[in-house]
Amino acid sequence: MSRELSFAQAIQEALATAMEADERVFIMGEDIGVYGGAFQVTGDLVHRFGEDRVMDTPISELGAAGVAVGAALAGSRPILEFQFSDFATLAMEQIVNQAAKLRFMLGGKVSVPLVMRLPCGSGTGAAAQHSQSLEAWLAHVPGLKVVQPSTPHDAKGLLLAAIDDPDPVMIFEHKLLYKIKGDVPEEAYRVPIGKAAIRREGRDVTIVATAIMVHRALEAAEVLAGEGIEVEVIDLRSLRPLDKETIIASVMKTSRLACVYEGVKTLGIGAEISAMIAESEAFDFLDAPILRLGGAEVPIPYNPVLEKAAVPQMENIVEQVRNLARGKI
Amino acid sequence: MMAKKSNQRPFHKEFSAEQQLEAFRRMCVIRRFEETAEDSYMRGLTHGTMHLSIGQEASAVGATMGLRKTDYITSTHRGHGHCIGKGADPKLMLAEFFGKEEGYCRGRGGSMHIADIESGNLGANGIVAGGIPIAVGAALAIKKQKRDDVALCFFGDGATNEGAFHESLNMAAIWRLPVIFVCENNKYGMSVSTERSMAVANVADRASAYNMPGVMVDGNRIEDVSEAVSEATARARRGDGPTLIECKTYRTRGHSRSDRNRYRTKEEIEDWKLRDPITLFEAELLAHGIATQAEIAGIHASVATEMVAGLEFAQNGTDPSPEFLTRDVYTPGAAP
Amino acid sequence: MATEVIMPKVDMDMATGKISKWHVAEGDAVKKGAPLFEIETDKAAMEIDAPADGVIRNISAAEGAIVPVGTAVAFIYAPGEAVTQVSKPVDQSQPATRPDAGKNSGSLAVPASGYFRATPLAKRLARQSGVSLKDVSGSGPRGRIVMADVKAAVVKPLQVLPQHDMVPVDSMRRTIAQRLTRSKQTIPHFYLTVTCDLTNLLNIRESLNAKAPLGSDKSALWKLSINDFVIKALALSLKQTPEANATWTDDFIQRHHASDVGVAVAIAGGLMTPVVRSAETKTLSQISTEVKDLAARARSRKLLPSEYQGGTTAISNLGMYGIEEFTAIINPPHATILAVGAAIENFVAVNGQPVLRSQMKCTLSCDHRVVDGAVGAKLLQAFRSFIEEPALMLA
Repeated sequence: MSRELSFAQAIQEALATAMEADERVFIMGEDIGVYGGAFQVTGDLVHRFGEDRVMDTPISELGAAGVAVGAALAGSRPILEFQFSDFATLAMEQIVNQAAKLRFMLGGKVSVPLVMRLPCGSGTGAAAQHSQSLEAWLAHVPGLKVVQPSTPHDAKGLLLAAIDDPDPVMIFEHKLLYKIKGDVPEEAYRVPIGKAAIRREGRDVTIVATAIMVHRALEAAEVLAGEGIEVEVIDLRSLRPLDKETIIASVMKTSRLACVYEGVKTLGIGAEISAMIAESEAFDFLDAPILRLGGAEVPIPYNPVLEKAAVPQMENIVEQVRNLARGKI
Repeated sequence: MMAKKSNQRPFHKEFSAEQQLEAFRRMCVIRRFEETAEDSYMRGLTHGTMHLSIGQEASAVGATMGLRKTDYITSTHRGHGHCIGKGADPKLMLAEFFGKEEGYCRGRGGSMHIADIESGNLGANGIVAGGIPIAVGAALAIKKQKRDDVALCFFGDGATNEGAFHESLNMAAIWRLPVIFVCENNKYGMSVSTERSMAVANVADRASAYNMPGVMVDGNRIEDVSEAVSEATARARRGDGPTLIECKTYRTRGHSRSDRNRYRTKEEIEDWKLRDPITLFEAELLAHGIATQAEIAGIHASVATEMVAGLEFAQNGTDPSPEFLTRDVYTPGAAP
Repeated sequence: MATEVIMPKVDMDMATGKISKWHVAEGDAVKKGAPLFEIETDKAAMEIDAPADGVIRNISAAEGAIVPVGTAVAFIYAPGEAVTQVSKPVDQSQPATRPDAGKNSGSLAVPASGYFRATPLAKRLARQSGVSLKDVSGSGPRGRIVMADVKAAVVKPLQVLPQHDMVPVDSMRRTIAQRLTRSKQTIPHFYLTVTCDLTNLLNIRESLNAKAPLGSDKSALWKLSINDFVIKALALSLKQTPEANATWTDDFIQRHHASDVGVAVAIAGGLMTPVVRSAETKTLSQISTEVKDLAARARSRKLLPSEYQGGTTAISNLGMYGIEEFTAIINPPHATILAVGAAIENFVAVNGQPVLRSQMKCTLSCDHRVVDGAVGAKLLQAFRSFIEEPALMLA
């Protein structure tokens, strides 16, 4: 049975499903209890599962991350919510030095089954310290897995897959997506980590997009279809591991690649995908330069006009991908 | 044969003669292990650096000798003693130090990351204060699993200036978690003394900010360390929450092999050597009639033999193949 | 002030033109109206005339270059006028860039020897098909060679598949392929065949040809072919059957007033279908003369677009190859096409006795969207009566 849920409701359902199924699972974070989470994702879960399993932490991101690592090592299945992904910078030590590396440093003798949820992205007027897209930073670190759902369906399925996963998984949830609705099956299904989804098929250009950009790319593809340009839109879903096969196969079909993402363009996920394609068998199938549409080289501004200008919008995608398809770049 | 000392301390009541001798033996193992490691390093047999805890053996063994196998410890970059105290096999530690497949971490971690999850050792840690919140997390899991185990967390004086220390003590206190925070205050964070780096005189003073007992002991006396830890452990097992214990001690070697001791005097080092924890414990064992001179000599000799065999084992170990370079980054079977 | 010589737009969908031949060289004196160069479009070759008197300078697109419409390819200077325009030579591998791309690059880059700006896919295709990039014109920004450019330039056999030749598809071939594919896929064809007795037609043709007046060079001014009769007969039949003289559009049906009859002419590498306009109004000798001229110019690819575009029907005659009967594909915007077979002598029963008669089979392909079976049959019936009684064409 499937029914319509919001992205936030889909996450909440996954959290509840996992806690019902496995008593080792608990969630921790700032203001996730009676407050219901800064974005009301945990909602009233504290009333269903109690304060021991829906734990408010002090405002101690580093400590809380370390606590989650320790609990995971000692047999629990913690899910840590960062109030904003920006605050994960306070916890980098535990995320990067500990969670990501423990298994390897200890010769593969332990696993760190830790899930981190991180609301990310701009568009809410929250300005420079509450709007970043840092997912590519974290995806740089071996030992972490980094996923980014774009639909309510995937939000639930990827979260459940992350909770099952024996290794640390970071889920970046774009804040503008929390309210979008979509079909979500009632059962406890999983969306595999490391597998991209083709959201629209096309023969002329491949767009690889993440999170909110998947929606903008699909709108742009619709506009371009009216001009006779058939765009294939790949929802990356997983930054690490990267689904190279799906991207390579698509580029070999279309011969043109555009990467669309909200993170700062330079050294972002688009750089990785571009380089990966340049190294792959798809290189010889490129019939145009690779196009990257990423965030501007600037902190996210407060003013809404500037804020919009700092990240790719649908119109930018239409214009640039049109140029790409028409051989103008 | 000397007369037995009559004013027995709780330490001697809590632990049998065998247990006390085993504790002494472990202190000797730590010392000999580190000397062996140092010697191998100086001969160019190993390539990584190491952080020696010579002079700190009493706090390592005193804090761990009363723990169960199911209790957890987290350790530091200066962690050989903690591992041996928690029951690690020095032969496998040496193999790790030599980067061999037979080592605790199959040669992936080296001296700074020795861990043995089976024996409750969640690992040494290369990051100052890195293990502190991890110990709190392990204690949280213990509480959730309704076990009466504890998590004992080693760290140095330098770590208490890290944010992670304060965040961790606060969380352990508000959630009344079974954690024992054991600070080995050896006076220097690498080269900067506690006088220059801390606004309070003692690490134990910091406990009051988190509404937990702050206990200060002579870290070179195993009885003092052990008694404080036993009390804190009992408190933790009862569900009464964490304790901060400060062991005043000293590392007689440098921070690492590249240390030229420019920040302290020879006299200071020599003074502390006079209070060597192994010598002090040896005197106590003799005074209480728990061991004879001959038995003590026998322990030293057997430990020396054990380390020679351990070194040979380590040197003859298997080098890891680059073929398996990335094997242990992710758990097999999950998405790579 | 020098006069620009541009790549003109000569066809509706033309975006670029290929200069196939220059008739003049740098520094030549030219007269207004004299041919300067030839271009090749999708459909035909065409001569471009000088727009002014003067001296030709600054030729910037070499033979073989593909040039966007509107781009200056040379300038004509008045005698004695100073040469001010900077020459931007463009060789075959480096045609003029698009104006917008040129702005970005600041100048038209000329490749260093051995280096060609090309996409990986274009390079790979060139490698596989044994094409040298120096023989390829790039259509991308800054003259970048893309896949389509290499495909257009493939002239050598594929090295990996030596058992066959790779014949390049030129623009005419591509147009034929596209148009006929679209026709056969989108037009619901049906076919009607009749056998026409040629006895009377052949007699009349013989006598008319015998009486043809002589021109100044003492040769006959006309020599009517069977096909000339077929053109006239079909044109008159359409006049009698106006429902069939039509074109289907999705919104309405165009009924044509004149019978414009296309005549398929085989030329090297393909075919052209020049149109005899209002053929129902023309005499047989006029038709004959006109068809000869159109066919000759089709073969040398000198037809103007107005001479081969449009029409209301067409005739394809393969009789000279001995083909007795075949069906043809309608060439839009036509609604019909008549496939004409060879004149064959057959015994036919006349009053119970076998008599030898010349006969010709004709098959009409009809677009069922505008021509129903009965309409097509009526048209073909009229056609047969004109062929069998040619005198009716005079009525």
